Amino acid sequence: MSERQVEVEILRYDPETDQAPKLQSYSVPCQEEWVVLDAITYIKDHIDTTVSFRWSCHMAVCGSCGMMVNGEPALSCKSFLRDYPDKIRIEPLAHFPIVRDLVVQLDDFMEKLNRVKPYIIPKEKKSVSDGQHKQSPAQLKAFKQYTLCINCTLCYAACPQYGLVPDFIGPAAMALAHRYNLDSRDGGREQRQEVVATDEGVWECSFVGACSEVCPKQVDPAGAIQQMKIASTVDWYKEHLMPWSKP
Amino acid sequence: MAKSNKPIVWGLFAAGGTITAFLTPVMIFVTGLAVPFGIMGPEVLAYDRIHDFVANWFWKLVLFGIIFFSLWHAAHRFRITMHDFGVRADRVVAKISYLLAALGTLGAIVLLLRI
Ligand code: SF4
Ligand code: FES
Repeated sequence: MSERQVEVEILRYDPETDQAPKLQSYSVPCQEEWVVLDAITYIKDHIDTTVSFRWSCHMAVCGSCGMMVNGEPALSCKSFLRDYPDKIRIEPLAHFPIVRDLVVQLDDFMEKLNRVKPYIIPKEKKSVSDGQHKQSPAQLKAFKQYTLCINCTLCYAACPQYGLVPDFIGPAAMALAHRYNLDSRDGGREQRQEVVATDEGVWECSFVGACSEVCPKQVDPAGAIQQMKIASTVDWYKEHLMPWSKP
Repeated sequence: MAKSNKPIVWGLFAAGGTITAFLTPVMIFVTGLAVPFGIMGPEVLAYDRIHDFVANWFWKLVLFGIIFFSLWHAAHRFRITMHDFGVRADRVVAKISYLLAALGTLGAIVLLLRI
């Protein structure tokens, strides 16, 4: 196992005492197989216990360790140090307020996620005695990809549009709305459209595509948004040109 | 929150994008490369031939469709590109782009009807 000295710069900020965020540099002896999160954990354990950051699973499933690594949003537990030069810069996820150091405030995302009703709104009432909902492999495949989202919000940090227009519902919440819309058991699309089909919904997206590029789970939120744009456009024409087609 | 009316322009943009992606390269190839470089003979674009072609109502309509959708696609694309370049005057940019597309559409109608 080879060891390498890596200079890790971490953005430090405590809104209660600091005037402005500043970078602090640490020299860390890193093992070949380490990820960025290991280097930060080393700093916390051996150099500076005051560094604050979030993590939990260390295996790219919990979604809590997102950070800007050399300016790009990434899961720090999935970013291998061998892919980076001897000096790396770690900052909190862009576009979110900083709580402390690398920990950001996710309230805005949570509130938006809530607004798109990311849960099944049953198409028809069914009691337990009616048996289970059956779903064919094809019906499952229609939305499976969008279930893989781990709410890491890397896509929000990558989206220039969210940075410009904070009201934008944003990629992950949209992808999840799409996930439930596509579910054969769900009947809630019309309710979700009240949020999805607005200016702050899909129409704020200018299809930069950065969200899909940084997504660690290949959810492809940009694809979901474009599909919803098509569906919302069809809705619009139906509503305005063929009012009788409304149920 | 009210539902957006953006589908009007976006619908044209999407339809135009599909048409542009499939047909514009062919048009450019024939008019801009194949004939000038001699891959196809000059008779392909001979005046009488093209005139007969455009005089036909069906092809007139097809040509109008291509021009109309491409223009509206370009207008919306331009609007978004200006935004991506950091021009923060969406309303003005939108008005100018769509106005140009509307003028182009009108021009196409007039020209096609005169043939
Ligand atoms: S869509 Fe991808 S990048 Fe966005 S929150 Fe979900 S997993 Fe993370
Ligand atoms: S620690 Fe759970 S995703 Fe990185």
